[in-house]
Amino acid sequence: MCAVAVTGMGIVSSLGKNLFENYQSLNTGKTGISTPEILQTNYKDLPVGEIKINNTRLSNDLGLNPGHSYTRAALLGCMAVRELLHNSGLSEFDPGTGFISGTTVGGMDMTESFFDQFSENSENLRYIQAQHPGFTTEKIAAYFGLNAMVTTISTACSSSANAIMLGARLIESGRLKRVIVGGTDCLTRFTLNGFNSLKILSGETCKPFDENRNGLNLGEAAAYLLLEADEMKGNRPAIARISGYGNANDAFHQTASSQNGEGAYLAMKKAIEKAGVDPVNINYINAHGTGTGNNDLSESVAIKRVFGDHIPEFSSTKALTGHTLGAAGAVEAVISIMAIQNQEVFPNLNFSQPIRDTGLMPETKLHSKQLNYVLSNSFGFGGNCTSLIFRNE
Amino acid sequence: MNKVFINGISAISAQDEDIFDTGNFQEFSSSIVKAKDQDYKAVIKPMMLRRMSQAVKMGLYCSKKALTEAGIIQPGAIIIGTGQGCIQDTEKFMQSMIESEEGLLAPTSFIQSTHNTVGGQIALELNCNSYNMTYTQNSGSFESALLDSLMLINTGEETTVLVGGVDETSPAFTGFQVLDGQICKEQISGPDLLKKDTPGTMISESASFFVLDAKKQEKSYACVRDVCLKNRIQKQEPEQLILEFLKSNELDISEIDAVILGNNGDCRYDGYYSGIQEAIFSKTAQLAYKHLVGDNHSISAYAMWLGARIIAENRIPEAFQINHVTCDKIDKVLIYNQYLGKNHGLILLEKP
Repeated sequence: MCAVAVTGMGIVSSLGKNLFENYQSLNTGKTGISTPEILQTNYKDLPVGEIKINNTRLSNDLGLNPGHSYTRAALLGCMAVRELLHNSGLSEFDPGTGFISGTTVGGMDMTESFFDQFSENSENLRYIQAQHPGFTTEKIAAYFGLNAMVTTISTACSSSANAIMLGARLIESGRLKRVIVGGTDCLTRFTLNGFNSLKILSGETCKPFDENRNGLNLGEAAAYLLLEADEMKGNRPAIARISGYGNANDAFHQTASSQNGEGAYLAMKKAIEKAGVDPVNINYINAHGTGTGNNDLSESVAIKRVFGDHIPEFSSTKALTGHTLGAAGAVEAVISIMAIQNQEVFPNLNFSQPIRDTGLMPETKLHSKQLNYVLSNSFGFGGNCTSLIFRNE
Repeated sequence: MNKVFINGISAISAQDEDIFDTGNFQEFSSSIVKAKDQDYKAVIKPMMLRRMSQAVKMGLYCSKKALTEAGIIQPGAIIIGTGQGCIQDTEKFMQSMIESEEGLLAPTSFIQSTHNTVGGQIALELNCNSYNMTYTQNSGSFESALLDSLMLINTGEETTVLVGGVDETSPAFTGFQVLDGQICKEQISGPDLLKKDTPGTMISESASFFVLDAKKQEKSYACVRDVCLKNRIQKQEPEQLILEFLKSNELDISEIDAVILGNNGDCRYDGYYSGIQEAIFSKTAQLAYKHLVGDNHSISAYAMWLGARIIAENRIPEAFQINHVTCDKIDKVLIYNQYLGKNHGLILLEKP
């Protein structure tokens, strides 16, 4: 059993630039999916979950000097961590605070912008190091003066879920007393073209778990949680606790999920075992549910294998946020905690017909429900599958 | 708390593995150095081999060798540290995207571009459903992976972990590192690299993998006692970082028999090492390795390979030693590395 306290959080996504705006959108079922305006791409009609604030405005908001080398993912990350600090009840982060960030593309937005121009203009050289994801993490850490343990996890779309799991384990082991965990990813032409080449982008807003689903929408976001050992927390309230986690590998294919959802099944099972609860105690699943043919079927099969006849209420919120890749696990951790705080299940948009082979029905309407345990799934390329369980304080 | 034994090792670098025995090393005429080619066909099917990037090939090869040596078929976890990840495939996809102006693109290089491709491919090859993690934090990538491994074994969550550090080079991305001064303009390798007084270093490819186990074997190389990762310190602070790390392990500086340092000839940052070389380690056998195998974001895994063999064989190969302190009995080895003054890592090895 695990019971690491979550004492603060922050988010910026296509649903809004803070917790309040994100909650408003979740509550009204207002999607953040639009067409690209800030991302410079030929695919002007492909739906994306884009944050409609450009880098200049983000930089100004954060008070960064022109000539800085923050990538877009770093700018978004700073926004989310700043909100986390504000609502954590702390005035600043103490020097021992760790920082663990999950990301897939890191600063690839800068690499793709300057690829042909590095040798021409020496001003661009400051972005050369942005190619490796740790650079983006370090930028966020530097903004908040976090000099202690800083690391990055890059396991594709489960990156930030894994960052949360590592944070919980570091607190449990006593190696850290306080750690900021989560992830950030921005839209890039690299990922948009990549997923497009795989033919798994939908031309409309995605339809998770629907028989006629036809692909995912990429999104961008940053979301972070503050985890603390109880002795550090003092009288400040925990907004939720991490009570279980599990990671497993599907070991089936570099990008596709197995038919029996083995990796997803094992991840959920491990998380439930770690939480020390009976599966019937899980009140809600925030599913990975990307809206691709392959993921939603495989995840449905895995959910049925874990829960048998007692399938908890579940929904995918990706038709609201888009699939924010490395940030998705943290975005959905924040959404799961909001669900617990408000005792509400958020809707799975655009669903009309269950998948023929599994017949699972996601929740399509916002409704109140007693939520004690919420399970959140995040699966990624390389067969990487992670499940987290949050519980009501 | 379970101890962590190194029961299998394998390393690929710009030098042959037998550099440890023969002391023979190659010098290079370029400051970007490829890893020595291996007999990859011996362990990887030719069909698969053709599609694999250097990092995947090296990772898979070292994994199999280390697992075989330790007599392990399925590890309880696969944990990878890689700074640049699969930059060859990333570069390939980015180049075709830019050249075609977002035209019709083949997905293969995109699929293989994610940082966790090496870990995923090892899992696929071993048919291993267990815990699988990939860390990428510049020169702290391997230390992050090692820290995760130690936590898993120390707490008894897992008994066997396959952990490795791997990095490859690619023409354009690695080339950019010449432009911003990470790679030196001079073409110096060997002992002279450490003596130069200019910025930049020699960048290379490497992979070093280890099977860590809670159970001691007769042929266990060494124990990994602890690891520490610190993002940023000042040039005068490594001494304090090291002393605090040793203190938390109830050790005194005099108990360290050999220290493996990350000197890479970059005059801007080798000062992080020179202070401790002259002070706390003045009576300790000092080693360096980057003059022989170059530098990259996960090269400290190579230092751990070196440290493990030094403890197992109780011998310091001359090619690596950079001072004249002799040492009869090597029980404890400390590894210290940083890159560009950031991502400082400490690894403590001891006799099993």
